Amino acid sequence: MIEIKHINKSFHQQPVLKDVSTRFDKGRINLIIGESGSGKTVLLKSLVGLHTIDSGEIIYGGNVIFNNLDIDAKRELRKEMGMLFQGSALFDFLNVEENVMFPLDMFTNMSVSDKRERVNICLKRVNLGNVNQLKPSELSGGMQKRVAIARAIVLNPNYLFCDEPTSGLDPKTSTVIDNLIKEITEEYNTVTIINTHDFNSVIEIGENILFIHEGKNWWEGSKDEILVSDNPELNKFIFASKLTRGVREYSKIKKDW
Amino acid sequence: MLGIRSIGIVVIISFFIGAVMTIQTALNLVNPLIPKFYIGLGTRDTLLLEFSSTVVALILAGKVGSSIASEIGSMRISEQIDVLEIMGINSANYLILPKIVAAMLFNPFLNIISVFIGILGGYITCIVTHIVNPYDFIYGLHYTFNPFYVTYSIIKTIVFAFIITSVAAYHGYFVLGGAREVGFSSTRAVVDSSVLVIISNLILTQILLT
Repeated sequence: MIEIKHINKSFHQQPVLKDVSTRFDKGRINLIIGESGSGKTVLLKSLVGLHTIDSGEIIYGGNVIFNNLDIDAKRELRKEMGMLFQGSALFDFLNVEENVMFPLDMFTNMSVSDKRERVNICLKRVNLGNVNQLKPSELSGGMQKRVAIARAIVLNPNYLFCDEPTSGLDPKTSTVIDNLIKEITEEYNTVTIINTHDFNSVIEIGENILFIHEGKNWWEGSKDEILVSDNPELNKFIFASKLTRGVREYSKIKKDW
Repeated sequence: MLGIRSIGIVVIISFFIGAVMTIQTALNLVNPLIPKFYIGLGTRDTLLLEFSSTVVALILAGKVGSSIASEIGSMRISEQIDVLEIMGINSANYLILPKIVAAMLFNPFLNIISVFIGILGGYITCIVTHIVNPYDFIYGLHYTFNPFYVTYSIIKTIVFAFIITSVAAYHGYFVLGGAREVGFSSTRAVVDSSVLVIISNLILTQILLT
């Protein structure tokens, strides 16, 4: 579990996060949604310590206050984290196998054959085969995301962070990635936090949803509650397109029946 | 790898500069009272004292410095450095330190290669153009040779290697923005490291040779 309490963060006197508090549960998909520039990426990067918060607390596992840890303790805790970045962020000087093996090289004393076996298990888990020797530039966007997921799970993380995992992907591939993250969350019992503005992801996998608006925690709920919410700002964000308005109408009709 | 890939350019430039230096020194030594072997001595000392350390460092600031700044800068904007941080790896330590150590260890070899090839260029020029007797040229190479000049040259090369790699890595590591900013960081890395090389050359010369 990760709990955040009264987080504030500013850049050049400009407040980006304002008194945000919430809890992200283990074994569930926790989504952070919001418009571009609402502060959700800053929140996600603050959670992993890539941004330093101005005030508030980030509590890992119920008792570890992450923002109070020294740099070495933070690095230790980060070994339990896996992160999937928006652009995959695979090391372009390494091939697929070396990318996935990288955390094993850094933090384990496993033999080369054991490491290779673990890499193949992870690549198989994300439904990738025969790509071990390819460079990231030789893969499609969806395949790069899957390699990044394999790298994120190779050390059996307790915490999985995903920054817009489906951005730039077609709807079919997006669904594959969403479902893969959901399966991995259940299988590894991770605290999974996904930052997205993809409504399809919200409907597919959203269990705990946090809506950030103008840097504030504006609404929290589940994917079923989001469709019937009367929060005006949330409705403006969610039902901005014809497609999502259609989903709302359909769910109302279904409910009336 | 950056050092090994720089051998070609160092060899080419050193050979031709050594050759040109020999010709120009010979053309300017018109006084019959000045012995011809001074051409070899002049070529040797110019290569040892300035060219193979300072000028080669300026060339490497352009080649190696821009390469390091753009490589690390690209990793920064594509979030590859963030990945290292998330994994709990000290990204600066992992990415920058090996480059600095490698350059400080390898650049003295480039310096030695440059001196040797420069002198070879001068010697071959003597044979081909007959501008000076090759035996006089070799005698000049030996004449009043001060071994400390080699130490001085290598010390300068090690300091310059540190400056070039650390300045370039700094500019790449702290780049903010996109591809345009990576380009700017690369340019700034070359300019700043070149200026620092020139200034530290003056300081080191004052400290070591006076």
